[in-house]
Amino acid sequence: MPNLDENLVRETIRAYITHELIRDPDYDLTDDEGIITGGLMDSFALADFAVFVEQEFGVYIPDPDLTVEKMDTLNQMVARVMQG
Amino acid sequence: MMLSLTARAEYETLLDAAALREARPDAAAIIFVATDAEPVVVTGAAFQARTQAYAAGLQRAGVTAGDLVIIAHIQNLESIYAFWGALQMGAIPSMFPTLTEKLDPDVYMRNMNALVRRSHVRLIFTSDAFAPVMARTADCPVVGSSELAGLAEDAGVEGFRPHAPHPDDIAFLQHSSGTTGLQKGVALSHRAVLNQLASYARAIELRPDDVIVSWLPLYHDMGLIAGFIQPLVQGIPLVLMSPFDWVRHPALLLRAIHAYQGTLTWLPNFAYNHLARRVRQQDMADIRLDSMRMFINCSEPVRDDSHQLFLHRFADAGVREDMLAVSYAMAENTFAVTQTPSGRPPRRDVVSRRALAEDRIARPVKEDEAATVLVSCGPTIPNTQAKVVDEGGRDLPERRVGEIAIRSDCMLTGYYQRPDLNPFTPDGWYLTGDMGYLADGEVYIVGRKKDLIIHAGKNIYPQDIEAIVNEVAGVHPGRAVAFGAPDEREGTELIVVIAEVDTDAPDQRKAIAKAIRQAVARKSDITVGYVTLVGPKWLIKTSSGKIARAANREKWLRERASRIA
Repeated sequence: MPNLDENLVRETIRAYITHELIRDPDYDLTDDEGIITGGLMDSFALADFAVFVEQEFGVYIPDPDLTVEKMDTLNQMVARVMQG
Repeated sequence: MMLSLTARAEYETLLDAAALREARPDAAAIIFVATDAEPVVVTGAAFQARTQAYAAGLQRAGVTAGDLVIIAHIQNLESIYAFWGALQMGAIPSMFPTLTEKLDPDVYMRNMNALVRRSHVRLIFTSDAFAPVMARTADCPVVGSSELAGLAEDAGVEGFRPHAPHPDDIAFLQHSSGTTGLQKGVALSHRAVLNQLASYARAIELRPDDVIVSWLPLYHDMGLIAGFIQPLVQGIPLVLMSPFDWVRHPALLLRAIHAYQGTLTWLPNFAYNHLARRVRQQDMADIRLDSMRMFINCSEPVRDDSHQLFLHRFADAGVREDMLAVSYAMAENTFAVTQTPSGRPPRRDVVSRRALAEDRIARPVKEDEAATVLVSCGPTIPNTQAKVVDEGGRDLPERRVGEIAIRSDCMLTGYYQRPDLNPFTPDGWYLTGDMGYLADGEVYIVGRKKDLIIHAGKNIYPQDIEAIVNEVAGVHPGRAVAFGAPDEREGTELIVVIAEVDTDAPDQRKAIAKAIRQAVARKSDITVGYVTLVGPKWLIKTSSGKIARAANREKWLRERASRIA
């Protein structure tokens, strides 16, 4: 498992979410806002996120961890990726 | 023994057709699979016992024959027992989307109560989590999971008093979503549902060794009929999962096909993209899909590129082109209107883009001409006819685009308790609102007559979204429009909202855009794909002063195309 830089992971995921999932690059996505519960993206996006994380960071997040409760904020996503 | 066209006369109602399942009491009727739990296998005998107990439980809760029962629960076995239980005691069940954490309960209940009052709902069945929330404002009794399970247990199978319906009694209702959809409950008789099942069995060459795998929501006609009523009546196994679970974990469907040797599944077009793009490589190790007979594309416009993407991605796992199939369906015909035959891929019609758009003719393409590929929906199923009519209701010849009209022996009786609405023309045709054409005996769909959005297989009325956006602070009331824009990546229409605002301040505009997304999600469970804020006078109005959706859609698509270019 390569060492991942947390800030890089955070900004990579933030850019991915605003560009690919919210489709609004100007959106100011904060670290702790509810992305799915706040209606910014639907739960389909969790599966998209899983593919992105596998390709980008080589991290496989098992299905039971891909839930709205566990992956609703940027902080939660970053923390999960950093676990490897 | 199955419910076929040949055997149709032997059955009068859905309840006596259940004998087909009872013939194999020890065989699996339903296998419920989930990401975080072991599969639950319900045998035919267990299903019968559970549903009779639920029927008795509903009777104890005060439900009598002819009462409307709304099941607004998560997709699980209890909601299925309650639906079938209601059917067995002669009540009229209707499946509904559940309240969720994300949705505003007040808005959800306002819609529900409008239905409760209009259609005289006797009882709402929901989860324990939402029962107290809903009971606070509901205009009828609300029963949670534990309460109904308790009543069912107390009553037991012996407490069940069977009901013998007439073939023309209403068996159940199908509702489409949103405030607009809730106003029209599609009422289906036992006779119509059995006619559909018999005809559809012929169309897909249903066999006793078929296995249906489905993630589809049961409040939708495709999920309710193809992925629930059909297998239960025909006595073939149903491998079922929750749509919530599947969208987050798309590989669940493929694992279920592999594990249970699935042969049939129904998918809206977006699901082909979702599966092809969002099942991870690691999830596909050891998964084989060779057992499949048909992946049936249904309930939103079929895109050839989605089929190709799917085929390319899963060819190694055993998916072949001849497994791809298409059905054109609607709740008003119980379910299927057409079906492509099994064993050959759907026809692709390559037509002139210009002739289609300008002359409304699907003319095969000439050399050096821009082309549009349309995928056939196949011929009509037995005992359903389709024709294409112009604005004046006159029949159109082959390859001329007009509105699709259908006539069959499996149509709705009417809209529930809406004698003011007559769904049929004087000679018994139902005008579908879909635009299309006929060619070589097959039906092709090219669009819709009205501004309906089909997002991920779900019908969405733009006026429902616009009403929400108009209430967002900062948006000029009455100066918002919603429409669908096709998206190649997702294989469906994404929802676009354009709203006129006065402010130029970037911070304020960002806050308004955010508020729009949140308001739509909280009040309708719909995720907006694009929010575009514009200045005053951007939106095009009709001569009568209404916002012109189609014209604004064209303008938005044009501006986006020029930005990308």
